[in-house]
Amino acid sequence: MDINMLIQALSFDFVQNALLAGVLISIAAGIIGSLVVVNRLTFLAGGIAHSSYGGIGLAIFLGIPILLGATVFAVITAIFIAFITQYNKTRIDSIIGMMWALGMAIGIIFVDLTPGYNVDLMSYLFGSIIAVSNEDIIYMFTLDILVILLISIFYKEILAVSYDSEFAKLRGISVRFFYTLILILAALCVVAAIRVVGLILVIALLTIPTYLAEIFASKLSSMMIISSFFALFFTISGLVISYFYDISSGASIIIVGVITLFLVKVIKR
Amino acid sequence: MNIIKIKDLSFSYDKVNVLENINLEIKKGDFLAIIGPNGGGKSTLLKLILKLKEPQKGSIEKSLKEESFGYVPQNTNLNIDFPITALEVVLMGHIGSKRKLFGYSKEDIACAMKSLDQVGMQEFAKSKIGNLSGGQRQRVFIARALCANPQVMLLDEPTASIDVKGQKEVYELLAKLNENITIVVVSHDISVLLNYAKSVAHVNKNLVYHKLDNVEKNIDDSEHLCEVELLSALGKKSSCGCNHGY
Repeated sequence: MDINMLIQALSFDFVQNALLAGVLISIAAGIIGSLVVVNRLTFLAGGIAHSSYGGIGLAIFLGIPILLGATVFAVITAIFIAFITQYNKTRIDSIIGMMWALGMAIGIIFVDLTPGYNVDLMSYLFGSIIAVSNEDIIYMFTLDILVILLISIFYKEILAVSYDSEFAKLRGISVRFFYTLILILAALCVVAAIRVVGLILVIALLTIPTYLAEIFASKLSSMMIISSFFALFFTISGLVISYFYDISSGASIIIVGVITLFLVKVIKR
Repeated sequence: MNIIKIKDLSFSYDKVNVLENINLEIKKGDFLAIIGPNGGGKSTLLKLILKLKEPQKGSIEKSLKEESFGYVPQNTNLNIDFPITALEVVLMGHIGSKRKLFGYSKEDIACAMKSLDQVGMQEFAKSKIGNLSGGQRQRVFIARALCANPQVMLLDEPTASIDVKGQKEVYELLAKLNENITIVVVSHDISVLLNYAKSVAHVNKNLVYHKLDNVEKNIDDSEHLCEVELLSALGKKSSCGCNHGY
């Protein structure tokens, strides 16, 4: 890997798109990942990520944009899980497990039923550096704006609901509304990250940077910022490795993340 | 003057009665200790007073507005690793009131700092809540309740998982606050509590109320006292079902 190869790589549109996507997704992943981790919603976010495969399959079958299919499916799953959590917490793990598998099954069936379909499905499962389109960039940019705006306006309420929902309820805050909002934002973030890391590894992009940021942050807001920087470092390093060694971007990003986490933990001991 | 009047109150979870025909009057300036075995309905009673739960039978009348009631929940249920500072926890006491679009107003921050000062925690304002000791953390939660200028403060197990020194600090703080605020505490720490409470309600599905004015309360901090012994001291022989486990 020499500097000339790097400069040459940067001249390609798809590399520029991938790097821009890396920057944009890191912002959303750092913010939403922090909310997922502090609210202990990791398994739940994993369920939403995998169920969105149903939307991908349906979109391929109907010939509509894949981002649209995945978004609708993921958001409906998020709302459904938020609703179930409010009324039947004791069975929530089984229900998420079921949604997780059901979404994947629906996706596979619709892809099987699509005549002459030959798109590389692996890119949705594990991410692909060359698959990031202009539409994906616009989607991620819009998501970042939405996330930053909502978190800035409702930071106090989201912090209160995440830390002490009973006290928040007593102060007249709609815990149900903000819990559902967090899950919907997680769903949108998961869909946006599918192109970069793939839906199987997306949960790692939400949790590893946050787990690292937790070591340094004493506030949720600083955790979000530090987490975004870690996500950015992992994403860009992973994309560079992915390009030069011709391996899946998602796997490269996650391996960089886990190695960094291990090193920081050892140094901090 | 009665500030809370509970009449014939009953509550059940999934058809299992946890509270039956509770009658209780809490007077202004009281320091009421609610004691009883685990699962006896103490915390449920507190949540019913705070309207976090709705009574299935009976009524709770209050002579003060809902904003006048401060609440300190059981903090053992909270995530100790959560990235939040003591100041941010106290500022939560302002949410739900008139709000700025972004962040907190200067007045809110000044008020939160004053509340932290009242509980002797101002110097820890920027400390992560998880880095504080159990007693310090509890004082921060009391400061959060103070933020809204309550006339009544309800606390659920404020000394759970706190060492003896921390427990004493918390109760001394509550006794000081009791000069202006009515205190209602759910607790297991009877021996410590008895040095500070003015009345006690024993809750185990039903409720037995005692005023503590005439009871000898010189109990050494290190001494262990079960509520059976307490009720005997009050001349009301009763079984609490706690098997002397306090």
